[in-house]
Amino acid sequence: MAGDASKALSNDVLWGGGRSPFSISYGKMMMWFFLVSDALTFGGLLTAYGFVRHSTTEVWPIGEEVFRALPFLHGSYPLIYVALMTAILIFSSVTMVLAVEAGHRMDKKGVIKWLFLTVLGGAFFVGSQAWEWSHFIHGGGGYITTNTGEKYWVHNDTHDTHDPANAPGFHLVKADPAHYLIPAEGTPDLDHAASLKLWNERANYVNGANMTENEYGPTQYANFFFFITGFHGFHVFSGVVINLIVLIMVIRGVMHRRGHYEMVEKVGLYWHFVDLVWVFVFTFFYLL
Amino acid sequence: MERDDIIEYSLDAHHSEEAGRQIRRKIWLVTLFLAVVTTVEVALGAYWKEWMPESWHLVKWTFVVLTLVKATYIVMTFMHLGDERRNIRAIILLPYALFILYLVFIAIFESNYVHQLWIRFL
Repeated sequence: MAGDASKALSNDVLWGGGRSPFSISYGKMMMWFFLVSDALTFGGLLTAYGFVRHSTTEVWPIGEEVFRALPFLHGSYPLIYVALMTAILIFSSVTMVLAVEAGHRMDKKGVIKWLFLTVLGGAFFVGSQAWEWSHFIHGGGGYITTNTGEKYWVHNDTHDTHDPANAPGFHLVKADPAHYLIPAEGTPDLDHAASLKLWNERANYVNGANMTENEYGPTQYANFFFFITGFHGFHVFSGVVINLIVLIMVIRGVMHRRGHYEMVEKVGLYWHFVDLVWVFVFTFFYLL
Repeated sequence: MERDDIIEYSLDAHHSEEAGRQIRRKIWLVTLFLAVVTTVEVALGAYWKEWMPESWHLVKWTFVVLTLVKATYIVMTFMHLGDERRNIRAIILLPYALFILYLVFIAIFESNYVHQLWIRFL
């Protein structure tokens, strides 16, 4: 089995212990060390998020109220799309581990099939991430603040955010001051005339999200969203590129000539790590 | 002198068709388990609050536990850390666990303190 290397080694090499202390190849060990340091970066980011979220519980938005849209569909589907993205990423992790398994049997066709599906899943995830960002940035209609500090949600039938007051079905709904996303209790929709009056006297109109303000909650909420999911998304993107390069190498038979598919195993470690981080982002950013 | 770090351990990692079948079976079982756990998490996130709003903090701890369970399966099975020597497992997991537990401990306590101030002055 692995570790009891096929050739005799001098005792010096084995740290005087009679056998290799780690019995793992240099490349795999260094990949693990890199993953540990990268995991510390993500751990730091998520801890920082947890710190801020926990110290401002009252106004912090709740995941299932912010992320509840599906592409091409109207209506409310809390967290369904994020769950779908999670499932796709976990599934591409599964195809990756199947590619590694095929590699251990020197099954070139199997490695190509599973690695291709992994690249496909990763690409789908990055695309979904782009859609999610776009939806987050454009927002659902936004709110206005009055000079007295009250908040009103802006609604219209066409989801127009450039000139909402002239869009059909324009009306305002009073927002709960403590909880950004929920209408204040017992307040009916304002009629068109009252809405228009408040709109014309507004102090500020916030819609969607950018680095300084957003309609979902405190500024830091959007900043953490952009930074954490962006940093993770960049990992996924580079993972897809690396997987693609290895896939091309496998197709060209480089690994087969080398006699083993350890390169698939090493990029596989990175890919599983990306999936692992998303499991934590999903829990700590979206669920909690 | 011979060097330990250039031995092709990967050549020893090959396995037979028969062993491969068992490994694949394990992979699919773990996949099923992860899918079920994720579905349960989403269902809890979406509906628990409507059913039992007073026990919401319990759901949060459920999420944390389920996430750690998922992470364990991914690291041990998909990343094959469970198949590595105990030495390598220790040098990867122990420093990380030590540091991150410390960080989380500090973050929870400090954020509680900041939260108290926040309530008082707002």
